[in-house]
Amino acid sequence: MTTVDKAASLPGQRTGGRPTDRTQRFADGGVLNVFSHGFLALWAAMIVLPLAWVVLGSFKTDAQINGSAWSWPASFGFDAFGRAWEKGIGGFFLNTLIVLAGSLTLTMLLGSMAAYVLARYEFRGNKVIYYLFVAGSMFPVYLALVPLFFMVRNLGEISPLLGLNSYLGLILVYVAYSLPFTVFFMYSFFRTLPTAVHEAAMLDGCSHTRAFFQIMVPMAKPGLISVGIFNVLGQWNQYILPVTLMQPTTAGEADHSMLAQGLVNLALQSGYKSDAPALFAGMTIAMLPVLVVYLSFQRQVQSGLTSATLK
Amino acid sequence: MRHGKYPFIVGFLFLPIVLYVGLVLWPYAQTFGYSLTDWSGASQEMNFIGLDNYTRLLDDEVFGGALLHNLLLLVLLPIVTILIALFFAFMLNVGGKGGTGGVQGVRGAGFYKVVFFFPQVLSIAILAVLWGAVYRTDGSGLANGVLIKLGLVDAGDPVQWLSDPGLVLWCVLAVLVWSGVGFYLVLFSAAMQSIPKDIYEAALLDGSGRGQTFFRITLPLLWETVQTAWVYLAIVAMDAFALVSSITPGAYFGGGPDHHSEIISTYLMRSFLRNGEAGYACAMGVVIFFFTLILSIVSLWATKRDKIEY
Repeated sequence: MTTVDKAASLPGQRTGGRPTDRTQRFADGGVLNVFSHGFLALWAAMIVLPLAWVVLGSFKTDAQINGSAWSWPASFGFDAFGRAWEKGIGGFFLNTLIVLAGSLTLTMLLGSMAAYVLARYEFRGNKVIYYLFVAGSMFPVYLALVPLFFMVRNLGEISPLLGLNSYLGLILVYVAYSLPFTVFFMYSFFRTLPTAVHEAAMLDGCSHTRAFFQIMVPMAKPGLISVGIFNVLGQWNQYILPVTLMQPTTAGEADHSMLAQGLVNLALQSGYKSDAPALFAGMTIAMLPVLVVYLSFQRQVQSGLTSATLK
Repeated sequence: MRHGKYPFIVGFLFLPIVLYVGLVLWPYAQTFGYSLTDWSGASQEMNFIGLDNYTRLLDDEVFGGALLHNLLLLVLLPIVTILIALFFAFMLNVGGKGGTGGVQGVRGAGFYKVVFFFPQVLSIAILAVLWGAVYRTDGSGLANGVLIKLGLVDAGDPVQWLSDPGLVLWCVLAVLVWSGVGFYLVLFSAAMQSIPKDIYEAALLDGSGRGQTFFRITLPLLWETVQTAWVYLAIVAMDAFALVSSITPGAYFGGGPDHHSEIISTYLMRSFLRNGEAGYACAMGVVIFFFTLILSIVSLWATKRDKIEY
């Protein structure tokens, strides 16, 4: 407890200097409760109001959106959603799902494989490789952006499947940039797992590969879920990598934009200039799945993200 | 046990290492090399020009401004976000009426935690489009709409949020704080919940007030989490690309009006993809690298305290 006292002595003096009757009122909590509830409610309104405003906006007419911010939609039809979908949101949605499915599977597979070997096997260079991975999570992606662009473009000359504006190219880049954190997190997780079950299986003649997939992976499920949630949100929210890598190189090439990127492009360019309701509908389409997933799994999402950060 | 160990190790490590070295480490290393050339990015032609790009950066007023804006965000974003998040976390966990049931959070704590966390799961790009609409300069944006309704702003002369040189950076900061508070609130809550309740109860029995409880017990025990939050927010402040490039005015990656919201990442992208100055952009990348490095070292050193066991 001496440490606590020492660490707190400075700010503590400030509190101690207050008049005692105020401290007393703080202690029974009444004043503070009204005060704090006010702030909490205000902040909640600040979160909900803009989101609700966007959802309502997708039912308004163009004139209403360009009029007062407080108008209420005249009718609740889904025309704007249809127009937004046709303007490319549907395609962007599909692109994002394709890339996310591939990159998430590969990230989890390769990340836990590397972490497992580094955590549970002794060999030369083990520590060096581990620290190399850890170092990668420290630096911003901007540092690599320019060379990365040309590297992916050159890969495209080997095979168009890997180049700019290709799903597989972006998937591999996502995986590479998600590896440092995944390896870092899963490394410490594999270290905490008991060795006994694994050893028993090895004595029974189980191969290393089989032991990993049938014993270690099921045991590491809680850790995998935490990292998985972290990667889903991270890769879903990725913006700078697709902006750099997913641009059509020649005219007429298919637009493989991710959802977030496509939405921003449509908002910035003339795509929605004359159709504000469709822009609001596009935002609603992009927000809704995440909010539904979040509301159904909010406990796991919150605990997964927090434990991922604290490790 | 030994049988097949090395083929197994190599087999498991091969692909991850190839991807990681090829697409992450090698580009990182290349950036340093390119930053010493006059490469345009469009052709293969490049000449070694030594540190010329760096001396040019020193005289570049746009870059200087961008650096200053990054520094401003770097200082303000963590302070504001952490203070608000700590305040809310304390309310939600130990701010409730004491006395009868010991220490508890205010009513509806669960609800607030769920709602405040919303922005964290939304893509930053979606938030950008959303806030672009909120900050509209005519009366139809939500921000102006609320102020007009409250009678604080004249409907005929709405606030020019993002077009006002003096306001634009504050608007960006507000969005970053708005979206970040929920996450750090949950982070601090998790840390607070791991503090044993009897410590609080003992403090309350000894007659300590809420302010005292917070500063003498909660904050010292939470210090490590605050430190983590600080580093994460600093990284967000160095980035901020998606937001600035999509809500602030200006052709090619925002930064306007007249560079008043320019940050290094937007300037880097413009130099690279628009101005054809790949070498120069790489030099900016290297500056960001050293910035981040110094930053993490300083913040780890400055926030270092004795670990408290409980």
